Amino acid sequence: MSNEPRTARCRLGPQPGEIIDRSKPFRFTWDGHTYPAFAGDTIASALAAAGERVLSRSFKYHRPRGILTATFHDPGCMVQADGEPNVRAAHRRVEAGMDVVPQNVWPSLRFDVRSANQAVGRFLTPGFYYKTFIKPQRLWPVYQKVLKRFAAGGRLSADSAHGYFDKRYAHPDVLVAGGGPAGMAAAIAAAEAGASVMLVEEEYDLGGHLRWGGPDELATLVDLRAAVAAQPRIEVLTNSAVTGRYDHNWVAVVQRNLPDVEERLIKARVGTLVVAPGLIERPYVFAGNDTPGVMLSTAVRRLINLHAVRPGERAVVLSANPEGDAAAAELERVGVEVAAVVDARHGGDVVRVRGGRSVDRVELGDGSTVDCDLVVVAVGWTAPTALLNMAGDRPVYRPAAARFVPGSASAANVLAAGGLAGDGSLDELVEHGRAVGRRAAHGEGPVPALDVRDHPALFRSSTHGMVDLSEDISSKDIEAAAREGYDSVELVKRYTTVTMGAAQGKLETVNAVAVLAGATGRSIAETGTTMWRPPYAPITLGALAGRMFEPVRHSPIQPWHQARGAVPMVAGQWIRPDHYGDSLAEVRNVRKNVGIIDVTPLGKLDLRGPDVPKLLNLLYVNKWSKLDIGGVRYGVMCAEDGVVLDDGVTGHLGPDHYVMSTTSSGAATVWEWVENWLQTAHRDWQVHVTPVTTAFASINIAGPNSRELLSRLTTGVDLSPEAFPYMNVRTGRVAGVEGCFMWRIGFTGELSYEIHVPAGYGLHVWEALVEQGADLGVAPFGVEAQRIMRLEKGHAIVGQDTDGLTQGYSAALDGLIKLDKGDFAGLTELTWQHQRGEYPLLVGLQPNDGSVVPAEASQIVEGSHIVGRITSSRWSPTLGRSICLGFVAPHLAEAGTVVIVALPDGRRIGATVRPELAHFDPEGARLRG
Amino acid sequence: MILVPCPHCGPRNVAEFRHVGEATARPDPATATPEQWREYLYLRRNPAGATIETWYHRAGCRTYFGAERHTVTNEFLRTWLTGDVAPLAAAVAEMGEGVDAAGGPEPGAEAPGG
Repeated sequence: MSNEPRTARCRLGPQPGEIIDRSKPFRFTWDGHTYPAFAGDTIASALAAAGERVLSRSFKYHRPRGILTATFHDPGCMVQADGEPNVRAAHRRVEAGMDVVPQNVWPSLRFDVRSANQAVGRFLTPGFYYKTFIKPQRLWPVYQKVLKRFAAGGRLSADSAHGYFDKRYAHPDVLVAGGGPAGMAAAIAAAEAGASVMLVEEEYDLGGHLRWGGPDELATLVDLRAAVAAQPRIEVLTNSAVTGRYDHNWVAVVQRNLPDVEERLIKARVGTLVVAPGLIERPYVFAGNDTPGVMLSTAVRRLINLHAVRPGERAVVLSANPEGDAAAAELERVGVEVAAVVDARHGGDVVRVRGGRSVDRVELGDGSTVDCDLVVVAVGWTAPTALLNMAGDRPVYRPAAARFVPGSASAANVLAAGGLAGDGSLDELVEHGRAVGRRAAHGEGPVPALDVRDHPALFRSSTHGMVDLSEDISSKDIEAAAREGYDSVELVKRYTTVTMGAAQGKLETVNAVAVLAGATGRSIAETGTTMWRPPYAPITLGALAGRMFEPVRHSPIQPWHQARGAVPMVAGQWIRPDHYGDSLAEVRNVRKNVGIIDVTPLGKLDLRGPDVPKLLNLLYVNKWSKLDIGGVRYGVMCAEDGVVLDDGVTGHLGPDHYVMSTTSSGAATVWEWVENWLQTAHRDWQVHVTPVTTAFASINIAGPNSRELLSRLTTGVDLSPEAFPYMNVRTGRVAGVEGCFMWRIGFTGELSYEIHVPAGYGLHVWEALVEQGADLGVAPFGVEAQRIMRLEKGHAIVGQDTDGLTQGYSAALDGLIKLDKGDFAGLTELTWQHQRGEYPLLVGLQPNDGSVVPAEASQIVEGSHIVGRITSSRWSPTLGRSICLGFVAPHLAEAGTVVIVALPDGRRIGATVRPELAHFDPEGARLRG
Repeated sequence: MILVPCPHCGPRNVAEFRHVGEATARPDPATATPEQWREYLYLRRNPAGATIETWYHRAGCRTYFGAERHTVTNEFLRTWLTGDVAPLAAAVAEMGEGVDAAGGPEPGAEAPGG
């Protein structure tokens, strides 16, 4: 292979509508060689200008492929550019120094070993993975390894830089999908009528098919572009695509072409969606129709007029419409020898193309053979109705026109404009666009009807050919599938994967339907199409993910924790200190001296009003009518199915004033639960709820020296044990801060006070505690130390020691549940549970070998049955051995029973059921002092 | 994403809301059988048509409100800010399964006239 620099030997002289800028030449690399290009070239047009035909190898059979449609959807034009896989070479503009390589080739584009697939094609028929490579099963890893090498697509590199992806919300009155003549006219008319307009165009420039048209089209193009630019209410997005229309005109647009953003996903709530994508030219199915050098008429006209590229030397044109005739005329105009124009309107046909990597000659329907290197087909059009279908419309087949057209069931705020709706002269299409634009802006208004012109029905020649070039599915495959019984269009699609490739059916569906109709003896209308679903255009995962915000919450004391080297943990939305280096030492210090822990995430609800006790009685399983001012009570909430929902303490702070605490993870859920009852079932109750979780910083001071420490900082509260007993709440001033309240509770099992200070002063109070407690041995402790201590005391944690099926009595709440107090949430199911008497029970468990700490969730087994599990498990520094809580089946719940715990490593150990949940100080002497 | 017409705030993206569920009638806990209670807990009409339900404007005004919505078209027929859900559940019960409970001649009756 020569290493000479390539020249643009197929580049034509200047064309009236060309978009290349000849004053800006540069070079780029393709498959290891250097090629010339101009600004405005696409990768594919630059390669075509150099005479390159083969751009890729197909998915399954690795057949050589080149330009077919010269659009974004061209199946033969997927390349890897500058490390980015699956770049659409016929759409992406080439840039100086770009390094482009072919995809899906091995070892090279010219010689791909895997094209041998064609020889074993009968083993790779559609659905082959249902029939082959199944046995023996032990060879699956080998099959997978081999088949992976043959998988299509580009290469991803783990070193790829992370792109920046963005999101945006928009609320345009009118969104126009498609920037051709009708789309531009609709945008202009809507903006003139006062609407805010977004105009979205897939190509880099507005204009649609006007861009490769004759003088009239180019003149109209200039006028329309100027009118759009003059309208400040129109926002133009080029190189962007509408990927989906969802409920109530929620529309997704992927915007590319931004300087610092890879892709931006725009989520728009659109007043009226105008769909103006024009028509897509349809390929023709015949033997060799995927050979490089077979092109659609629009591909030829794009190459000649936009990029000044001569697509071949000697052409044969199969034409069934004026656009095909125009392509033939333009080929002649630029000096391509047109060896034959085969008129399909008068029975002419193309039957077979010969040539391996490039067209050599073509066999016509009349039996003659013509030497050529370019076969141009113009056999018809497909209306891309997908966005209308997403709005509820079903396309209708018009046999005389040989295409599906929009039905009439689209949503009222989704309108079709231009070629999608029907045929007409350029003026008629523009006028149609204008009328639709006015209607979109006003919500009503007349729209002239467009004819749907007759067109010959040409889908497949007398030979078999490729129907889906992306998936390598031929008409033969579709007929075979129908014979196998997959005879509905939805079944054929899934079985053969036809239309499931990169173009998602835009080039394939109608031909597939026509072939299937022929194979099953039905009409195309009867066969119907598959369902069109978003995304209409491919969208990267990066665009969907966006900037990946993850807001977190920090307590106001966080700077102190960070400075102290706290190891953070994620607790829902909060970042909290897990420990400060040695959680066991923290435990020992709490039990010996005094420790302080930041429990700000604790849920807190301020409840005011005369009916608060009614609310508490309704939501908690225990009784609340007789809680005096200054009293605090522990409560458990169950849902209406009796399952434990949350727990916490609630204090009676003053007349008609309570504060309810919840678990930190349950804070939001309990608040919604409370509001639900108050707003729906009990609107008559006078209760006002204010969530104050983040309004107060909360600090738990625990240990024998806690009273002494708190008294050094508190004014207005008598902290003596007689004046401030266990399970009481007081308000006062701490470290000079007004509006604090504190309650004496005992999660850790030590004498402890939980103080709640207005959040802005949280750090100040914490620092004061640290300073005042220095001689008392104060040290911070984190969540892990607290977990150990609460486990030593047998305190269950809702969600850890209970799950979604744990009804109240299973959580060992016998003493708390008051079935006789009248209606409360969970009463019925708890009553029935109590009547049943037998249920799994939460118990304290002591591994017989105290040095083994079972993994949490280890199963408790009896023979081959699971009879429980370990819910919490730690090594206790206070007791010098492992301690657990867990569920056991009722027959194993008696104290002293030895149960078998199956550890994840396969060992089985014994554990003994304890008489109560607490492992340490079960009477609670330490915290009541 | 559908638009939900909050009675306070107007039409907002459904992402702001929590769909609490189909309206149900809470049986009297003092007299309900387990079967009746569990029907209240777990069974829903779930029609392909108009349904009465509760929504919570979680990321907005934080109001629980009632709505009648067509489950196929997601058209909201009406919403209401006040009133609890139990009477609505009665209305739901009256709607029945689509059988014309009132009116119509008995089967076998003679046609009028003659």
